[in-house]
Amino acid sequence: MTPAVAEVDELWAAVGDPTRRRVLDVLLDRGEASATVVAAELPVTRQAVAKHLAVLDRAGLVEGRRRGREVRYAVRPERLDTAARSMAEVAAGWDTRLHAIKRIAEAAAAAQREQARTRKETR
Amino acid sequence: MVPQRIERDILIDAPVEIVWAVVTEPEHISGWFSDTVELDLRPGGAAALSWDDYGTVRGRVERVEPPHFFSFRWVVHREPGAPVRDGNSTLVEFSLSPEGEATRLTVVESGFRDLSGSEDENQGHVDGHRRGWDHELGELQEYAEKRMRAGR
Repeated sequence: MTPAVAEVDELWAAVGDPTRRRVLDVLLDRGEASATVVAAELPVTRQAVAKHLAVLDRAGLVEGRRRGREVRYAVRPERLDTAARSMAEVAAGWDTRLHAIKRIAEAAAAAQREQARTRKETR
Repeated sequence: MVPQRIERDILIDAPVEIVWAVVTEPEHISGWFSDTVELDLRPGGAAALSWDDYGTVRGRVERVEPPHFFSFRWVVHREPGAPVRDGNSTLVEFSLSPEGEATRLTVVESGFRDLSGSEDENQGHVDGHRRGWDHELGELQEYAEKRMRAGR
């Protein structure tokens, strides 16, 4: 429904970028990794990886922990799960609304038929 | 690429005119959608959908072709009260077609890919390529689920 969508659209935007998905792939494969390690596995600079990690961090998809001189990032799987479920929620929201429309329209149609029948009988 | 969209339909045992009224008249809309509705039913007309426990979401009517087609955009961004723009809203299209004495009602919501990121992210992005979705959401969902399993 709407409130759920409003909360997760930032999440979708974060996961929607193909490079960021590759960053997530690397983190998931390694458990945790620094920006330098991620950049070594992808055809992008360390600076670009750091920016993508910042976006993922803001969306709550990764968290960074300081280990000595570097920050290592790990995926927060529960947030990834939320992104996946939100799409199913949008679809389920429309199913619910369509069923409500059906109920209202069929009740109105039945009332109309009943009215027409009564008119015919009283004639 | 296939435009990303959600499509749902339902068969309703009522004539098209009645379904049209339920889909487009505020007193009916409040029975299946938001708690209260303001709607100026003409292209470009303003819409305001309000939920008691959430607030107001703005929308804009796009096409009105009684009794077969009605579409509007509505804001799904983190700024629910904001006016409708392309980057903060999705398109919802209702199509009504008679099937015997019943009506097939189809709803398509699309444009998720065009939702932009936050202002902050937009500024921070330097490679200049267009932001937003480049994946079908179904594909995205599959990806996330796959990664969920792999991550566990």
